[in-house]
Amino acid sequence: MPPETLFERITDFAARADPYPLYAELRDSGVARQADGSYLVGTYHEISALLHDPRVSSDPRSRAEPHEDPAATGLPPSFIGLDDPGHDRLRRMVMRPFGPPHSPHRIDELRGEIQRVAGELADALVAKDRFDLVDDFAFPLPVTVICRLLGVPEGDVPQMHTWADAVVAGLDFAPGEDPSPRQRAAREARQAMGLYLGELAEQRRRAPTGDMLSALVHEPGPDGALTRQELMVSAVLLLIAGHETTVNLITNGMLTLLRHPHEYDRLRDHPEEMPAAVEELLRYEPPVQLLPQRSPLADIEVAGVTVPRGAPLILVLAAGNRDPLRFPDPDRFDPRRPDNQHLGFGSGVHACFGAPLARVETHLALTTLLRRLGDLRLVEDSPEYRRSPVLRGPRHLHLEQHRR
Amino acid sequence: MHVVVDLNRCQGYAQCVFLAPRVFALHGEEALTYTPAVPRDQEERVREAVVACPVQAILAGERAGP
Amino acid sequence: MTTPARDGRIVVVGASLAGLRAAETLREKGFTGELTLVGDEPVPPYDRPPLSKQVLLGRVAAGDCGLPARRPVDARWKLGVRATGLDATRKRVLLADGEELPYDRVLIATGTRARPWPHPEEAALDGVFTLRTDEDAARLAARLDAGPRRVLVIGAGFTGSEIASACRERGLPVTVAERGRAPLIGALGGTAAAFATRLQRAHGVDLRCGVTVTSLRGSGGRLTGAAFSDGSSIDADIAVVALGAVRNTEWLDGSGLAAGPRGVACDAGCRVFTMYGIVTDDVFVAGDVARFPHPLFEYQMIALEHWGNAVAQAEVAAHNMVSPGPLRRPHLTVPAFWSSQFGLNIKSVGVPTFSDQVILAQGRPEDRRLVAVYGYRGRITAAVTVDRAKWLDHYRHLIETGAPFPPAPGAADFHAGHEPVPSDVPDPRVLSHGPTVALTGHLPDRRLTLLRPGG
Repeated sequence: MPPETLFERITDFAARADPYPLYAELRDSGVARQADGSYLVGTYHEISALLHDPRVSSDPRSRAEPHEDPAATGLPPSFIGLDDPGHDRLRRMVMRPFGPPHSPHRIDELRGEIQRVAGELADALVAKDRFDLVDDFAFPLPVTVICRLLGVPEGDVPQMHTWADAVVAGLDFAPGEDPSPRQRAAREARQAMGLYLGELAEQRRRAPTGDMLSALVHEPGPDGALTRQELMVSAVLLLIAGHETTVNLITNGMLTLLRHPHEYDRLRDHPEEMPAAVEELLRYEPPVQLLPQRSPLADIEVAGVTVPRGAPLILVLAAGNRDPLRFPDPDRFDPRRPDNQHLGFGSGVHACFGAPLARVETHLALTTLLRRLGDLRLVEDSPEYRRSPVLRGPRHLHLEQHRR
Repeated sequence: MHVVVDLNRCQGYAQCVFLAPRVFALHGEEALTYTPAVPRDQEERVREAVVACPVQAILAGERAGP
Repeated sequence: MTTPARDGRIVVVGASLAGLRAAETLREKGFTGELTLVGDEPVPPYDRPPLSKQVLLGRVAAGDCGLPARRPVDARWKLGVRATGLDATRKRVLLADGEELPYDRVLIATGTRARPWPHPEEAALDGVFTLRTDEDAARLAARLDAGPRRVLVIGAGFTGSEIASACRERGLPVTVAERGRAPLIGALGGTAAAFATRLQRAHGVDLRCGVTVTSLRGSGGRLTGAAFSDGSSIDADIAVVALGAVRNTEWLDGSGLAAGPRGVACDAGCRVFTMYGIVTDDVFVAGDVARFPHPLFEYQMIALEHWGNAVAQAEVAAHNMVSPGPLRRPHLTVPAFWSSQFGLNIKSVGVPTFSDQVILAQGRPEDRRLVAVYGYRGRITAAVTVDRAKWLDHYRHLIETGAPFPPAPGAADFHAGHEPVPSDVPDPRVLSHGPTVALTGHLPDRRLTLLRPGG
């Protein structure tokens, strides 16, 4: 089939369970211009170069064609939709209470809490013959953790679930379907979540409680304080991105390990090898498959093809992760793979903000599951997938358990 | 265990600081510093940092010498 | 299967970063013969960059900077013993303890030492330091702990600037004296050095450029102060001499090799030239002491006193020492270095001094985040970032491909109005600090036979 239709075929729900043959076709096609004028890139070195190219914009307003942001809420863009220097300023301000240089211990100090939540969720599964890994473990863990990190009271966590679900549904691609109702619902959920978090931050301003929201409103750095709108947008971003990706990383992780029983057993017996296995999962089944938002600020040449200024530039990270020119035997899942500089978290100035949290959560989640659970069997392979080709992962992962 | 970081490769993603904040630190917004002689109770954290480094710039091992 | 190259006796002279990584690479590449490492320092290899940073800040002990091994080297270590000569005919390395080490192939990795203060009596005053070894750093850090009234740093290259930065961070009054017009000017050119000047002054450094220290004064054997060429003077109880490095090549006098104050000349495969410009096949060189032709810089011989070069060149040299001719590799790595000072991360790729123009391609000095790109005769030869390391790979690629200068427009954080300006690279002879990248000329067979140290 012609490479002009690759994006359509990749986003087609039929490809969700196994998009990798299409990614191979994309790599063979070089830079693939699509019928709508967008450009698809799936080779490792080109993606890596574009992620470090200061002429490649992440701001939807850089598009030549007026681009309707499905998540438009009237709020200002979050830092993932901004370029430097605006991106840098905002990201640095949000980083202040999250990580180094100002808060280097924040995530490390969360390990005990993550372990506790993972342990409790696993406890509830031990006695079950059958359960859904997504609803019973992979979803509640990161939501609970990100709410705890930000300072959302436990009683409000279910409400956050509901909003987060709606927002993520709004990001879906579903060719042939009218997306507007879903997008409207997503917009409303995003607004409601923003208002809620803004109000919560106001409370924390009056009475700080040591969490990240309190720090965001109480400890302005040299760049001053976030505006209320910036704070709302950033908090929503952390909440959505902070769990939707991790849900998929944990679920894809268990699915992959169950498909490789030898590795499953080895990692159960050698939990110290799990951090490297998490990196390989990020390469092999990355939770963010592609970055659809980029566009060049000038005509740029990519592998001999000129991508005109303002054209949508879609970077298929998951295809780059399986590029045989970068990774030997790329379709093999190898938890001990050396020199694994995968694109699972992107790269360059927009590299995933929450990567360290996702790493620790997934590491502790998988180690806990392997240690605590009995012999597991996939009820169906492949499982039912979520619609999104971007945030790709199973909607449910039904497992049967035989207690040891 | 001793550690050395190839600071030519390092781009300041600071994943090592998140994972092993008692060994690695940012000095300013981007410059990485670290304690070359790793305390025993931090060795596991450093191993996590080694595999997580997005540019694979961290080398950890026994001290070189006779 | 063993090939002849994988057997025999290899001596590595120099047991610091380059010597260590070379030894490890030799084993990794399958060398099974006898391996000896000779080092004049009494301790196993250690990492030097932290000495002027974490160690002076008191966060890391100087003795705790050991380097991790990549793999076992199964070698005989001769530490604390200086090599005194190389007999290329009899194929022997001569040691200060009288031992002679026979070799089939030898690697020279003797590096550099700190350039001493030129007046021995003043240099002997208590309170006068250089900073090169772990012992230097331990002594200096201890003296900084004691809370000196003022520290004088002589020379504002990277080491001098980092020392000044550490002192300021500890709250110590610092005077920096630089014979050139600005700090770092020898490495980055005058335009970028103006930024360094503002940076030092903003951090409270008493920066004095365009002056030399005419004398270090003492009383009762202790340093009390210094006098400058402009007639002024200061009181100081510590002076750190940061006048750059001297290459350790004296031990090669009479060896017939192309060795002198500019370093040991070699081809792109790290094979050392004789004084007649004839390449040897059993003597190799790597690290700070080597000077080699680089195709990206018009095949000029360059010497790089950089951590990354020591590692990369050691790997190439070791590979070539155990590989037959057709499988040998050239050392083509694009030079790179970093420095952290005054809270900023300064990184460089290419050779900034190999330039005629520079442009501010991203960011602004007033934000203390920027990318400066250097060009020579219309192509990009270097880039320097300040707290902007994530963009550096882009420019490395432009350097490697000889992309046109100035770089193509379109960077999101390019500030309109910035045009290329002269990079203003000074003659190194007018500097206090030696450049850490030295372009040392084109022809290995011409200038070298004339060089005699101490002549």
